[in-house]
Amino acid sequence: MTRKQRRLTIIGGALFVLAVAAGLVLNALRDSIVFFSTPTMVAEKHIGPGKRFRLGGLVQPGSLKRGDDLAVTFEVADGGAKLPVAYKGILPDLFREGQGVVAEGALDAAGVFKADTVLAKHDETYMPKEVADTLKKQGHWKDDYGKPQAAKPGPVSMREGEKTAAGATQ
Amino acid sequence: MIAESGHYALVLALALALIQSTVPMLGAHQRDVALMNVGRSAALAQLVFAGLSFIALITLHVTSDFSVANVFENSHSMKPLLYKITGVWGNHEGSMLLWVSILALFGAMVALFGNNLPLSLRARVLAVQAWVAAAFYLFILMTSNPFARLATPPIEGRDLNPVLQDIGLAVHPPMLYLGYVGFSISFSFAIAALIEGRIDAAWARWVRPWTLMAWIFLTLGIAMGSYWAYYELGWGGWWFWDPVENASLMPWLAGTALLHSALVMEKRNALKVWTILLSILTFSLSLLGTFLVRSGVITSVHAFASDPTRGVFILGILVLFIGGSLTLFAGRATALKQGGLFAPISREGALVLNNLLLTVSCATVLFGTLYPVIMEALDFKLSVGAPFYNLTFGPLFALLLLIVPFGPMLAWKRGDLVAAAQRLLAAGVASLVAIAIAWAWARGGSALAPLGIGLGIFVITGAIVDLVERSGVARVPFRTALHRTRGLPRSVWGTAFAHAGLGIALLGIVCETTWNSELISTLRPGDVRNLAGYEIKFDGMTQRQGPNFTEVVSTFIISEDGRQLSVMTPSKRSFATRGMSTTEAALMTRGVSQLYVSLGDTTADGGLAVRIYHKPLVLLIWFGPVLMAFGGLLSLSDRRLRVGAPRPARAARALQPAE
Repeated sequence: MTRKQRRLTIIGGALFVLAVAAGLVLNALRDSIVFFSTPTMVAEKHIGPGKRFRLGGLVQPGSLKRGDDLAVTFEVADGGAKLPVAYKGILPDLFREGQGVVAEGALDAAGVFKADTVLAKHDETYMPKEVADTLKKQGHWKDDYGKPQAAKPGPVSMREGEKTAAGATQ
Repeated sequence: MIAESGHYALVLALALALIQSTVPMLGAHQRDVALMNVGRSAALAQLVFAGLSFIALITLHVTSDFSVANVFENSHSMKPLLYKITGVWGNHEGSMLLWVSILALFGAMVALFGNNLPLSLRARVLAVQAWVAAAFYLFILMTSNPFARLATPPIEGRDLNPVLQDIGLAVHPPMLYLGYVGFSISFSFAIAALIEGRIDAAWARWVRPWTLMAWIFLTLGIAMGSYWAYYELGWGGWWFWDPVENASLMPWLAGTALLHSALVMEKRNALKVWTILLSILTFSLSLLGTFLVRSGVITSVHAFASDPTRGVFILGILVLFIGGSLTLFAGRATALKQGGLFAPISREGALVLNNLLLTVSCATVLFGTLYPVIMEALDFKLSVGAPFYNLTFGPLFALLLLIVPFGPMLAWKRGDLVAAAQRLLAAGVASLVAIAIAWAWARGGSALAPLGIGLGIFVITGAIVDLVERSGVARVPFRTALHRTRGLPRSVWGTAFAHAGLGIALLGIVCETTWNSELISTLRPGDVRNLAGYEIKFDGMTQRQGPNFTEVVSTFIISEDGRQLSVMTPSKRSFATRGMSTTEAALMTRGVSQLYVSLGDTTADGGLAVRIYHKPLVLLIWFGPVLMAFGGLLSLSDRRLRVGAPRPARAARALQPAE
């Protein structure tokens, strides 16, 4: 086999594997990507039942209700709209009313967001980045959300390797 | 004083790095031996000063000097000594200092053990190493000084984040950094070779042990991080496809490819250009990982406060080194001479396919990690999670595993696929039997699971068959076979162990994800639940005082068929300083399976929310990588590869009497 043939074989093989990978990626992008929405965006975009997305916002104070056998319901609000969320399982350690939360799941026919994952961070000052960005954009950002952080002296440092999203998966 | 000395030592290390990055390069250009040797002493002195700086920071943390901002932010006088020390790298500034200290360590090791390198190559390698070091010293000094003082020193510190107060975190970051930074050596060798314009099999012989060492550390570091997440986060997951995890997986994939391509280059003098490119890419991915983790550009479940100046600075370093090295590569690579020929079906061909699949699967991980960033720039917010990687990385890696056993069976230059397949017949039969058993036994779960098990068994038995074939156990008398087995080079054993480790990890992953069972329930003292044949009785709760936390310990009595097996005591710890609580899961190990108990909140009526998992064969997930690292270690101890060992041929010639 000559050098040229060898090179062609290798290039052909490489292109084939790349094409397979590109096909896999495009296929996966079609239905395994989860978009992020706030209650206002849900209302505007008319997201249909069964379509998975990530819902972010603040847990509406006074809305958390615990049912039987670890079933909970609460409302997620972003200042503009509210959306009821139903979840069954253990909530993360720092899930609190009035705090930021990200839940993953889909709407049911009645318009209730059935969450199978609820994420919140192990820090009382936490506001998920995507929630904070959206709230700021919509003009519902209140300075006191960030206050506990600002009250502490010195810069808030990054903490290495902090896998702190206490997640709760059903 | 200590803080200022540490800061000063860091500035001196920067100065030494600047000398090391220029003088030896100049010396190599002018063939001036004295100038070239400056690199060696500068590298050693740089290690001394970077080390002093690091020791200074440890001292500050141990003595709880809260006038230093970094200590105040991350320490507490009541914290146990171990976590005072590990807290040094449990924060941004300290972990960057660890990063450069390890970089200095590797530079010094090249200086110490590189005596058999051509003088000009060693000088250039050390200079390139110092470029990287200088950039990161500047980064620390300009954006993240760990020695900054507070104007009004507080009485008490703010404590280290409780989830980081764990033995897993004591070992995980240094291991990971030894891996990440270890790839800087192969990068420096690649750049030096491009500048030199000359590269040969000897180059690969020098690069391979360094790459192998970095790879061993990275393998262990990733496995340890995964195990830490598993037991510390309390939700039983061991891999989340999180950007920060991907950041460590990508250099591992590229590094594994580099390990194999350097083998081809060493043995057959082929794939030179590709090996150089992989060396550059592997370290570039390490830098990219540092950037992703440090800049906060990615919304991650990991919590990293973003600091724009730091992000921009590291992005600058990234562009400079990746852009610069790829430009140099584009300009110089064609000048490198092409190596030996081989047929597509050959050991080389198999290794090319290995490289192709590793780099392409690495590319899918890169795409999944960066896609949300790109889309966010276009104002779409989305997340790429496990389903994406299962559909892309999964099939590619499965294909790779399928060809793993064939590689060692094929001859160099021209192999015989049919003969290799015949030799692997036993492995194939074993794998089919495993699939059949899994199919018959499995109740529920994915139909792919038995195939996954079959694949795992195929890889493991393939590795055993390779050893059997080489020792000739089945063909020659036992005594001869034993003798041959003893005579097998350690690198052959290393390959077998590392490949078998892959199969073992796969078995663990398939079994855990398919057949894990889970029970979430509210329990009151005296309540009994059943899971996977175990009877779990909630006995009650007690309060306990720890050094810097209070904890509520719940007691669970585990029994099987009426016989008590174990008492499990998961707890909820609350740390007053940060007002945070952590969940300490309890684990019961039987064989390689585990029972996992984690706690939720107590309900108003006195019940306790409990999450119990049974995870079959879960320990194999980490046992596999440990076996891979052990295989790597065996290869590293092989005489042929030992750092600084004289080549046997030369030694033999030296012993011949003069004629």
